[in-house]
Amino acid sequence: MSEVDQNQAGDTRRDFLKKTSLAAALSLTPITILKAADQKVDERFAELFEKIPLNLKVNNKPYNLKVEPRVTLLDLLREQLHLTGTKKGCDHGQCGACTVHVDGERINSCLSLAVMNEGKSITTIEGLANGNELHPMQAAFIKHDGFQCGYCTPGQIMSAVACVREGHANSRDEIREYMSGNICRCGAYPNIVDAIQEVKEKGGKV
Amino acid sequence: MIHQSKSHESAIGHVTGKAVYTDEQRPPVGMLSLYPVMAPHAHARIKTIDLSGAEEIDGYVTVITASDIPGINNTGVILADEILLPTEEISYWGQAVLWVVGETDIAAQRAAEQVKVEYEPLTAILSIADAIAADRFHGQPTQISRGAVETALAQSDHRLTGALEIQGQDHFYLETHTSWVIPDGEGHFQVYSSTQHPTETQAIVARVLGIAKNQVVVTCLRMGGGFGGKETQANPFAAVAAIAAYKTGQPVRVKLKREQDMILTGKRHAFLGQYEVGFTVEGQITALAVKLYADGGWSLDLSPPVLLRAMVHVDNAYYIPHLTVQGWIAKTHKVSNTAFRGFGGPQGMVVIEEVIDRVARALQLPPEEVRERNFYRGSGERNTTHYGQEIVDNRLDRIWQELLDRSNFSQRRSEIAQFNHTNVDKKRGLAITPVKFGISFNKVQYNQAGAFVLIYTDGSIQLNHGGTEMGQGLHTKMLQVAAKSLGVSLQRFRMMPTSTDKVPNTSATAASSGSDLNGQAVKDACEALKARLKPIAARLLELPEDTTLEFAEDWIYYTEDNARDNKRKITFEAVVQKAYDDRISLSATGYYRTPTIFWNPETGKGNPFYYFAYGAAVSEVEVDGLTGMFKLRQVDIVHDVGESLNPLIDRGQIEGGFVQGMGWLTMEELVWDDRGSLKTHAPSTYKIPTIREVPENFNVHLLQRAAQEGVIYGSKAVGEPPLMLAISVREAIREAIAAFGHHPARVALASPATPEKILTAIEQITAEVEIVS
Repeated sequence: MSEVDQNQAGDTRRDFLKKTSLAAALSLTPITILKAADQKVDERFAELFEKIPLNLKVNNKPYNLKVEPRVTLLDLLREQLHLTGTKKGCDHGQCGACTVHVDGERINSCLSLAVMNEGKSITTIEGLANGNELHPMQAAFIKHDGFQCGYCTPGQIMSAVACVREGHANSRDEIREYMSGNICRCGAYPNIVDAIQEVKEKGGKV
Repeated sequence: MIHQSKSHESAIGHVTGKAVYTDEQRPPVGMLSLYPVMAPHAHARIKTIDLSGAEEIDGYVTVITASDIPGINNTGVILADEILLPTEEISYWGQAVLWVVGETDIAAQRAAEQVKVEYEPLTAILSIADAIAADRFHGQPTQISRGAVETALAQSDHRLTGALEIQGQDHFYLETHTSWVIPDGEGHFQVYSSTQHPTETQAIVARVLGIAKNQVVVTCLRMGGGFGGKETQANPFAAVAAIAAYKTGQPVRVKLKREQDMILTGKRHAFLGQYEVGFTVEGQITALAVKLYADGGWSLDLSPPVLLRAMVHVDNAYYIPHLTVQGWIAKTHKVSNTAFRGFGGPQGMVVIEEVIDRVARALQLPPEEVRERNFYRGSGERNTTHYGQEIVDNRLDRIWQELLDRSNFSQRRSEIAQFNHTNVDKKRGLAITPVKFGISFNKVQYNQAGAFVLIYTDGSIQLNHGGTEMGQGLHTKMLQVAAKSLGVSLQRFRMMPTSTDKVPNTSATAASSGSDLNGQAVKDACEALKARLKPIAARLLELPEDTTLEFAEDWIYYTEDNARDNKRKITFEAVVQKAYDDRISLSATGYYRTPTIFWNPETGKGNPFYYFAYGAAVSEVEVDGLTGMFKLRQVDIVHDVGESLNPLIDRGQIEGGFVQGMGWLTMEELVWDDRGSLKTHAPSTYKIPTIREVPENFNVHLLQRAAQEGVIYGSKAVGEPPLMLAISVREAIREAIAAFGHHPARVALASPATPEKILTAIEQITAEVEIVS
């Protein structure tokens, strides 16, 4: 049985499985799967039946995926789509390194389960530039030296773009308040404020 | 391009998310993951280990225990006292008993959760005080001494004694520890590691595998922050991954979760300082006896050189004619503390600045006057440290005066006095503190570096050197040095990842030494290549081979021609191609060792530093007497980076170092419970500075006309010294706290000076006032 067939079989049985015992489900399962499952029945079933279809756009590219419900949006991006620009700094929503845009709003992607983003449009740092033309915020971060090690930078930039779009970049003080969820251990903060302020003051499309 | 502000060489990669760190490479087929089983005791005996539950988990592959180690089960770097995988005893809370290998991260984690380990808990030593009481130390105490301290103390006008606890600091690099190990099936291991010291990681991997170093290549692509936390601490994780790769024959990855990283890895050493100081009525310090206790943790790691650096920075900028400093390394059941930006220097300096403040308040003198009065100056003995090194390039007075002027210090002091007079609940404080920081590794052998430059026949160049990039801009500076030296544009270069198969036997990128050491090695390699290209260029220009030629702007010029437009010249490419045709080698190594440094550990005397870096900072704070919160209103800094290789990068280092130091001294509080378990292992509980806490008025000035002779293009080291500028924040807070009282003779302030501790200090001050009245 091909992987596709297995998945289809799994999908059709999802609701049924929820209402019946595992033993009852086993009796309806093709013998080939049971053989594959060997003695690790629970685990094999979890894998076969618990992957959930997920349709979303990432950087304007549509994806039709199947993911385990436990997988975060961050892990989906990094581990399955290999979009590693989005960083895992703490995995607890406290450092901001994993900031992405979901339908234009900034979120910590480590706090969002991938399956919660059905039908949504995700923008990551890889999707910010227009081909080889940097987004104005990316260019401003370079001009003002808004980073050192670079590890928090994708999150800072995604947060900074949203900060300007939200209308929360009207003063240096406001920028500091609305960027305080993105930690930079290298302490490039003064330059980050400079970069955001310049983008805001230029007033172009962000 | 030298001495100019050039953006970080990875700038485009960083802002587009395309810069590749260790864990962002494209994974090789069949890569397995590691997950630790961590002990829930600070000190215990392992009784039984039951793997049966783990083996049931889908995706479980195997475990890595001590019995899987083909070589030596030890990762100690100074002493072989650091067991990688314990067989009997647990030495600190969270220590990895074993590592589970899984097909995926989640499989390894699930299986690790099913491993059952039985322990017999043992009594744990969890503080410096406990260690002193139990007489539990690493090695013997050390001492550095000048003069006759006892006699001088007895003869002093005034004497004071005191003690100060200084807490540690977590590095909190945003990228946690990561290693990938890829076996080639022929007995060789390619290691990708987020390490500041690839050569040492190579040595440790070879040691645990029981193979020669030449079988192991360690590559560091770049690090998402290091700060000293990846100088030795990367080694055990690379070692475990290597053992797993050896056992399974497959590529293996380890990437720590944030809480694992904070629980498993060493931190800045907590210190206990005890002092007795003698001084004159004018505030001149005549004698000082200091005892420093560093919390080394369970194993030695780098504690001896950290303690030594504290001992040789306990003078900071001050001449103290009679000075004895003794040091101990407490052996506790905690993580093994390690290098952290400043490497003990900051702790030594916090102690002396505390002492100076005690002296000033006891005499009712402004602290800045007492500081200035005690500066090293002049020549001979009055300008010589307690370890016998004369400060030949002393710039303290110059920087101090320039900063007093620039910061408008005296006027602001009056304004603050007025503010404090009229405000009851809020008080402001202003303080200026100096930094003098010795540059060179204390371990003389480490003061050497290598480089390897390869020119290809199209004129493109690969640059290799022994240093690692962790955000400090080393690679950018090295490109500038190479471009200047070869007289070509930056665009020609590709900076190669640091790798032990390109430049062997390197030193850690640490001690602020990266640019100094590797810069000279890069220049040396480039000069060797130029020497080969010069006669070829001369021949192509139909000039005698020994003609003086200039390499600049991608051309080679005949310098004797006057007007530049009419100069005879030839392109770099043409000369390179001709060199190949003439069978002249287009690659060269470079090498450098720091001259004139020496150290005698027996006498505690020597010339351990090639030179000193200087700076000073003025901080102004406002303290809320009801909450203990403080706001950093303004910071003014004058810092000496010599003739900066790259002012943009150096300013970033100064600002970032200051912010990190401020975090250490005012907000980053490590809390262990009474069983030795770290309670602050996430950013929710461990507070590092955010963009909110950085002062809006943050004025950084690089000292001008400051070229440093004998250092690469007149520059100076910049990585660590600015961290200690943040002591000005601590002293400004103390000044504000003092304003809540009535000229208190002492303001005791804990470190870090969190709001809670500030409130405590205010309460002490006001309580004393009540007693007096």
